[in-house]
Amino acid sequence: MDLSAINPTLLLASLMVAATPLLLAAIGELVVERAGVLNLGVEGMMITGAICGFAIAVNTGSPVLGLVAAAIGGAVLSLLFAALTQYALANQVASGLALTLFGLGLSALIGQGYQGIKPPSFPKADIPFLSDIPFIGGILFRHDFVVYLAIALTAAVWWALKYTRAGLVLRAVGENHDAAHALGYKVVRIRVAAICFGGACAGLGGAYISLIRVPQWTEGMTAGIGWIALALVVFASWKPWRVMLGAYLFGGLTVLQLNLQAAGVAIPVEYLAMSPYLITIIVLVIMSADKSRAPAALGRSFHASQ
Amino acid sequence: MTEILLQIDGLTKAYPGVVANADVSLTIRKGEVHALLGENGAGKSTLVKMIYGLVKPDSGQMMLRGAPYAPAQPRAARAAGVAMVFQHFSLFDALDVAENIALGMETPPPMRSLAQQIRQVSETYGLPLDPYRTVGELSAGERQRVEIIRCLLQSPQLLIMDEPTSVLTPQEVEILFETLRKLTAEGVAILYISHKLEEIRALCDAATILRLGRNVGTCVPAETKARDMAEMMVGSTLHTPERHPRAMGDVLLALDNLSQPSASAFGTSLKNITVSVQAGEILGIGGVAGNGQDELLAVLSGEMQAPAKAVQFLGQPIGQASPQARRQMGLLCAPEERLGHAAAPDMSLTENALLTGAQRQGLASRGFLKWGAARRFAEEIIARFDVRTPGPDVAARALSGGNLQKFVIGREVMQAPKVLVVNQPTWGVDAAAAAAIRQALLDLAAGGAAVLVISQDLDELMEISDRFAALNEGRLSAAKPTAGLSVDEIGLMMGGAHGMEVAHV
Repeated sequence: MDLSAINPTLLLASLMVAATPLLLAAIGELVVERAGVLNLGVEGMMITGAICGFAIAVNTGSPVLGLVAAAIGGAVLSLLFAALTQYALANQVASGLALTLFGLGLSALIGQGYQGIKPPSFPKADIPFLSDIPFIGGILFRHDFVVYLAIALTAAVWWALKYTRAGLVLRAVGENHDAAHALGYKVVRIRVAAICFGGACAGLGGAYISLIRVPQWTEGMTAGIGWIALALVVFASWKPWRVMLGAYLFGGLTVLQLNLQAAGVAIPVEYLAMSPYLITIIVLVIMSADKSRAPAALGRSFHASQ
Repeated sequence: MTEILLQIDGLTKAYPGVVANADVSLTIRKGEVHALLGENGAGKSTLVKMIYGLVKPDSGQMMLRGAPYAPAQPRAARAAGVAMVFQHFSLFDALDVAENIALGMETPPPMRSLAQQIRQVSETYGLPLDPYRTVGELSAGERQRVEIIRCLLQSPQLLIMDEPTSVLTPQEVEILFETLRKLTAEGVAILYISHKLEEIRALCDAATILRLGRNVGTCVPAETKARDMAEMMVGSTLHTPERHPRAMGDVLLALDNLSQPSASAFGTSLKNITVSVQAGEILGIGGVAGNGQDELLAVLSGEMQAPAKAVQFLGQPIGQASPQARRQMGLLCAPEERLGHAAAPDMSLTENALLTGAQRQGLASRGFLKWGAARRFAEEIIARFDVRTPGPDVAARALSGGNLQKFVIGREVMQAPKVLVVNQPTWGVDAAAAAAIRQALLDLAAGGAAVLVISQDLDELMEISDRFAALNEGRLSAAKPTAGLSVDEIGLMMGGAHGMEVAHV
């Protein structure tokens, strides 16, 4: 066992990278659930985004275009879910599960011929001056811009939900869709928009894995991150900053246990591998013991009947 | 006469299978309180939804201040100066008062100045309200204030109020009327929907009566007898339940210093409740909704466990007994909320009869159901309580509210309970069915059973109960004989005005 092989700067820096896809997917799902929709298809939308982004980046040579395509791909797939649940009034749980299975299959189909290819590399955004700060500079300011985009998105979602009228209307729709309808708000339209946003975020998160974190394409490469994102939203009590905390905690533990494995710690690998899931859930369960609760209309279908 | 604000001409709206409104016309003048009267299903709600832009009429037209008026959505109605206070409040529990009000406005000011405006308006009209409290924690009366202030902040010219007093104590009703009179003095017209005739006589300047979707007449309420208005609504003469003198027997059910926290976050905890019911007696429990009624029923039925000695049946402690054990002993309950709590909506009447009757009627043996006996039991209920349905195989959901309520009450009455607890026995039931249900409860008591009626309909409680007590914030007042009880006393028992004050404009 050689713990000195673990470089703390590198560890903390890779923590931020590991957490970003999870944060992106979870913050999107948070918005969807605050609008009262339970979309269990996050995993499917992520993997679809991953391959859409990968394919476009390879074919155009531009990783940024790839990210845009990933967001569009995730959003388009989520529209399928929106059509099923908001217009055909299908069961949200079943539709979400179907979306995940469909997304996994679709991505495998698109991905044929992309295996073993290396995507164009993504430029790191070395922030001038700040990145030169010893230790902290290496951890915080030498990442690609998506890491910062994810943090900015968290802040924006928090601010929009708390302080803007659109955020208030979105929360109202998720809380009591009948009352929102009686006040004249377009419940279905608002929910479709939220679902689309969630899809775009999930797609972006997926592409972050295939273009930046790994970077290559393999079938099923999101490996359950979408499900973790779903659990994270619940345990974070539908609060954006807690989602970020949970994502970073999970990312950090994942990186740490990999490092520990590499350092040959005398704990069976299986225990190390399960530790991020266990510890993240325990911490968030303790934190969610306060009064906060789910949006009251979560998972319920809305139909404007008399 | 003052100028006409809203003129409605020949409005018709049909849904598949029913004509909700057929050729309805009415005229509302500035500064007038106009009553819209009618039984459940008479088409009152559909009519106001058309005025508020929630429903589009099939034919007919509306004129607002002489100009054609056809709101495509509530937003357009609000812009034209029409505001509405809903019967089932359109509020969001998890949001605070100011956020709820902002949602009902077209262009709300920033939160801080909105909070300031809310304080100002609420003080002017005697409706005190803290803008930053979470709505889920407010009482029914306070929630209504939120709705009213939401409307007032938009300076409406026509205010629609759908059954506004059903959740208020008599004192709160008086203060609400003061507020409404102030508004009409400022020229606001009010369309007031209710079936409480005495209120309408006290408040309204004109009345339009609907029956089965049609105009059946107009009247000046102050000059018309309540009974005449009621008969216009119902379309036939009314039968008043008869009370027979009856002897009181032993105490059958007693609550001894019962305190019980509520199971739900926004519920009311019961505090130190002590009361008893004798054989042959009907005890009426009044109070505004949400003051512990649901919790009290849950403790009595056994859905919620209480300390054993806090609930006593024939002197036996039964606080920990299961609902089945209580049924076996003869303590039966008919909860409110017909579809969901008292009956399983998608199951047939036979199955619903089985669900509570299996034990006392012997409809099951060794875990197997006796379908024949269950069916006969359901048929007996249908025959004796005049439930209008094609047969016992019909799903509970398919029955009208009044018919299902007759079935639900009948199912318990037919099991010959020693004690029967009912919650809201005639809520949303038409006048004829309500009279039949009340008669059944009176007959049951005359037969020596003890009956505990929880209701928000004070007239009903005065009509059938021997003693009256009121729930207020989870506490039960001392029970008093109903004979000679004044409205003021009742109001004070229900908690008075809950901190409201008369408007001082």
